Amino acid sequence: MAAEHASWEPGPGGYYGEFGGSFVPEILHETLAELREAFDEARQDPAFWGTYTDLMSGYAGRPTPVTHCPSLTRLLGGAKVYVKREDLNHTGAHKVNNVMGQGLLAQRMGKRRVIAETGAGQHGVATATMAARLGLACTIYMGEEDVARQYPNVFWMRQLGAEVVAVKEGNRTLKDAINACLRDWAESMHDTLYVLGTVCGPHPFPQIVTYFQSIIGQEARGQMLEVAGQLPSRVYACVGGGSNASGIFTGFLDDPATELIGVEAGGRGPDTGLHASRLAGGQGTSGVAQGYRTVFLQNEEGLMHDTYSVAAGLDYIGIGPLLAHLHQTGRVRFESATDDEVVESLRLAMRHEGLVPALESAHAFAAAFREVPDLSPQDTVLINQSGRGDKDIFTVADALGDEEWREFLRQRAAGYDA
Amino acid sequence: MTHLVVGYPSLDANWSMLQAMDRAGVDLVELQLPFSEPIADGPSFVRANHEAIRSGTGWREYFDLAGRAAAELDLTTLFMGYYNSVVQMGAAQFCEQLAKGRMSGFIVPDLPPEEGGELYAVARSLELDPVQIMTPTNSRARLQEIGRHASGFVYCAARTGVTGRQTDVSQGLGDFLGRCREATSVPLGVGFGIRTPDDIRALRGSAEIAIVGTAGTEVWLEQGLTGYEPYLDSLVAEAT
Ligand SMILES: Cc1ncc(COP(=O)(O)O)c(C=O)c1O
Repeated sequence: MAAEHASWEPGPGGYYGEFGGSFVPEILHETLAELREAFDEARQDPAFWGTYTDLMSGYAGRPTPVTHCPSLTRLLGGAKVYVKREDLNHTGAHKVNNVMGQGLLAQRMGKRRVIAETGAGQHGVATATMAARLGLACTIYMGEEDVARQYPNVFWMRQLGAEVVAVKEGNRTLKDAINACLRDWAESMHDTLYVLGTVCGPHPFPQIVTYFQSIIGQEARGQMLEVAGQLPSRVYACVGGGSNASGIFTGFLDDPATELIGVEAGGRGPDTGLHASRLAGGQGTSGVAQGYRTVFLQNEEGLMHDTYSVAAGLDYIGIGPLLAHLHQTGRVRFESATDDEVVESLRLAMRHEGLVPALESAHAFAAAFREVPDLSPQDTVLINQSGRGDKDIFTVADALGDEEWREFLRQRAAGYDA
Repeated sequence: MTHLVVGYPSLDANWSMLQAMDRAGVDLVELQLPFSEPIADGPSFVRANHEAIRSGTGWREYFDLAGRAAAELDLTTLFMGYYNSVVQMGAAQFCEQLAKGRMSGFIVPDLPPEEGGELYAVARSLELDPVQIMTPTNSRARLQEIGRHASGFVYCAARTGVTGRQTDVSQGLGDFLGRCREATSVPLGVGFGIRTPDDIRALRGSAEIAIVGTAGTEVWLEQGLTGYEPYLDSLVAEAT
């Protein structure tokens, strides 16, 4: 079954309401036109979605299950808790859904090289994996700050054969890596596809990425009917750029009784300036940057603020235009979770259910844990576990203040000095 | 046409650069308003944008400098910057500010012509030129489309990519400029990687305006005013 859903398709020019569009240097005009055409053709080819789902099941490990969580349900004392397990994908996150799809597109278009930006490193690892699998050359741009925080992912990207470029401009995080990719692409487009990692950037990227990530929602809807016997009352997903959220939400957009909740990074708190909450709390404003119109965290003169989150993958200034639109129309509610709440939720998920969500995903858990006690046992909630947490071991061990881990690191380091 | 990022390396340096341009007989100057996400710029202008912002250059400093240039110098200035700055000011206020600083128009590289409707209408009412950009990757049909919006002059990007890298002016440029010429009757300006009097000589006959960006700022940074003045003189001598 092809992922064709009018309710989340953009209008003319790639607009979702007033958000979206394509604001890029003229040099990229024909490139984006070529991509739009290739994507439209692929989508109308009934075999394409089939090739995609085959690759996803034979290589990436789909379908991922929906897991019932009886202990958390007992502990929270409200709605029944279910978790969609995107952490079980090859490379450990939902990123692979998008990357494999765009890889197939690159092949169809005859490109021999891919480039990508990455924040947490998950999208970079997924892209490097795809490039290795499909035989494409691969360059990954990553902010210098993120290279330092997520070095294990850098290691894996390099082992997979990708070139990793540390971006030294701006605040050296995800947004700067996106700018660097757009610049590379402006020179390399004849043989290169930019594999954008989330539902942001110029049209058609938000549409392409939503299309591939919609596999999460399609699966999840059917699985909830099967496993829980009903549609969820609420669906929770964390929102960096918004791809895992868009992916799971699209499955339920036409089910008005299912409430959709996007959870942004509250960082150190909404009043500290150290967060990435664009929609929750109303600090974001409409603007145009990085190729599209959306809600950004910016000052009155349109300069982007620095953002912050304990989860590198949520640390972004913009948000997918589809989500900005669904927020404006009231279809999706936005909340935020602070670093402290997130670490506490991670601890609960590990101790009570043996789940190890990524710090990003733990934002969705945190918001759900806050709200589940107020729901009734007839209700069900579905949390999207977008990725697994082992990549975060350094950050988590720090946040939990684990002394034995520190001692282990000291011993390892001493071993190298000797 | 020459270029500077307002606030980089400093507002004082900008003023000295403008005076030097005026003395050398440069006729058009692009004044770039710094933005935090300059996606059409190469590494040295990216750095310039960020450093200008860090040292506190905002709209006020920008329009003060433009106003002072209009009052004291013989140059024509042009706004260059990113669309978000325009969006936040609002089209009407943006155009009024430009008109007040007697600027001749604007180049906004991340605003495609099909999105320019409202802004272009306000601009025309104040006799400001929305300068369009043509690139070597544009199809003939796209060049025609851009040509329909052309006003003042067209900025022809001499190669693919972002600002700052060297361009081999000989390679395929003539063909491209020929296609631009078919698509519009306004003068053609050529920029991206134009750095030397030789580059300018090579454009003679196929373009009306040579646009020197990154190279000028580099000369200023490396040699200061003493190197900048003769550099500008050598460019202007070739251009006239
Ligand atoms: C595990 C995980 N979840 C979520 C995200 C956030 O991205 P998005 O909002 O596009 O799903 C990331 C990004 O790197 C991630 O690695």
